[in-house]
Amino acid sequence: MMGLDRDRLIELVQVVVRNPLRAFLSALGAGWGLFMIIITVGAARGLENGVKADMGNDVANSMFAWTMSTSIPYKGYQRGRWLELDIDDVQWLEANTQHLDLVCPEIQLGGWQGTNNVIHGKQSGAFDVSGAIAEYQQVKPMNITNGRFLNQADLDAERKVCVIGSRVQDILFEFGENPLGETVQIQGVLFRVVGVYTPKGNDEDAQNEAESIYIPFTTFGKAFNTRDRVGWLSMLIKDGVDAEEAEEATKQLIKSRLSVHPDDPRAIGCWSMAEEFQKAELLFSGMRLISLLFGSLALLAGVIGITNIMLISIKERTKELGIRRSLGATPVRILRQIIGETLFLTLLAGLCGLVLGVGLLEAVDGYLESGGDAGVFRHPEIDFGTVLTVLCILLGMAIFAGILPALRALAIKPVEALRSEG
Amino acid sequence: MLALRGIEKSYPLAVGSLPVLKGIDLNITQGEMVAIMGSSGSGKSTLLNVLGLLDGFDSGGYDLDGVDMSGLSEKQAARYRSQFLGFVFQSFNLISFKTALENVALPLFYQKVPRRERQRRALEMLGKMGMDDRADHLPSELSGGQKQRVAIARALITSPRVILADEPTGALDSTTSSEVMSVLREVNASGITVIIVTHEADIAAKCDRTIRLHDGVIIEDGRSGEVVEPTANGAGSSD
Repeated sequence: MMGLDRDRLIELVQVVVRNPLRAFLSALGAGWGLFMIIITVGAARGLENGVKADMGNDVANSMFAWTMSTSIPYKGYQRGRWLELDIDDVQWLEANTQHLDLVCPEIQLGGWQGTNNVIHGKQSGAFDVSGAIAEYQQVKPMNITNGRFLNQADLDAERKVCVIGSRVQDILFEFGENPLGETVQIQGVLFRVVGVYTPKGNDEDAQNEAESIYIPFTTFGKAFNTRDRVGWLSMLIKDGVDAEEAEEATKQLIKSRLSVHPDDPRAIGCWSMAEEFQKAELLFSGMRLISLLFGSLALLAGVIGITNIMLISIKERTKELGIRRSLGATPVRILRQIIGETLFLTLLAGLCGLVLGVGLLEAVDGYLESGGDAGVFRHPEIDFGTVLTVLCILLGMAIFAGILPALRALAIKPVEALRSEG
Repeated sequence: MLALRGIEKSYPLAVGSLPVLKGIDLNITQGEMVAIMGSSGSGKSTLLNVLGLLDGFDSGGYDLDGVDMSGLSEKQAARYRSQFLGFVFQSFNLISFKTALENVALPLFYQKVPRRERQRRALEMLGKMGMDDRADHLPSELSGGQKQRVAIARALITSPRVILADEPTGALDSTTSSEVMSVLREVNASGITVIIVTHEADIAAKCDRTIRLHDGVIIEDGRSGEVVEPTANGAGSSD
């Protein structure tokens, strides 16, 4: 029905050319509406990309658990009992869980803002010192820039080796000095440096990460007299397992292992990255929806403008339409003409808005890529699917915008139309 | 060709209605040139609108080329208009933003004639009207007589059987008027029925037959010379 042959195109162009100011004004609203949709959706996506990039150094299915004191008496134990995990508990948990891929025991020696505990030569610093196992990297990925990370042999042989963060190297070692093979003294115990790493990402967490030192978990227990004690667990949830379900199941497993009342809300602490991701995802899909919604409302306002102007135009062209009717135009032809004109104006305007909007996003993107700073804002974009959705909305609205003027045009009787002045 | 039987039509008013046509019986055969005369308010324009299928009627019957025209849908009316009828108006009713050629070609557009064919026929028709050198002019660039020639060309482009002209010379000076009338006579000579609504006696005198309308009824109907005589000096009783 809307086939655009040359004649109809000429008719449409004549409408625009005949009254360019009016065509421009009516088109402005719709163009602006579409521009707003593109900009808001693109901006929302930019924010999302920015936040996700910052979250990118975290593993999406990682989960962490630690023990605290009980708040409910259970099995003869009084409330307020301090709970502790040891390596046997870790092995038991690994053997009994159905939700986890990996359970890493970890333990840490206080360091951040603490006293200087690590010495190399004349330099010293306060760093987080953690006991970890070889698989730890799966939970907390890092870029090994020099040497290697801890391996199973280090753990089996309880070697006194360490992997240091890039900031640790900067502080303890001379510029240009290769730390590999050098020894550092951690709370009086000498460790040989086998690797240097930089954390992924560059947020506050990552800065902190760069000031950490990792030593084999087994060595940690011996060297600092914590024996089999485990500070907290870093875990990976199995693929396809719901994070909340995994968290609850793991807590219950630990509670049963440590004879804690199953309803005790305080005894086990747990934090899951997946839940954070889910929350963020929810937030962002909400944001996408809202930006689309508000953009559509802006578009609707523009479309109402077009309807309005088309109605005025019909009123003005009463006579022209009457002439067309007397020359043999059927109502369907008139209907087609009016809806065609509205569609033409709306789509023309919409496409201009689309091009301008995408152009602006590209420009901002280019500026950011070339090093412009926009905080957490990164790579604003609009994907093809969204553009299609927006175009469909536009098309629907354009038809909607044309219906009222078209009906008005049809209601004009040829006689009345011819009688009217102008 | 055209047959009206007891056509009645009234326009609704806020209270009641205003009868405009009160039983019109009329037969017009193919090839006639007829003037419909009457003072303003006599119903002559309404009669032309009914004849032209631009307006409906309340009761009575209308046969066009032997086909009953009562109760037509808008679409059917549009088809008969485009098939049988051509219109010429007092105020020309050219579309202002289209050139003379485009105006003439417009009825063919609605008959879905291919573009090239339309252009050719429109130019040919403008040539017959002596207007082919003005084909690319907009109506605003044409004189009154030229506009009416374009309008007549537009009315003729679909090869109608009947031309309905509503005060075709009403906006023209007397010289141009007689030019337009001779054009219409030529049209009639080619076998097309021409029906002219006018209040000018000398225009009516150039037709073969004159029908006088007064207050919604036909009061006289006969050969032009005979009928025009009593009101030769004006537009009839202006009541």
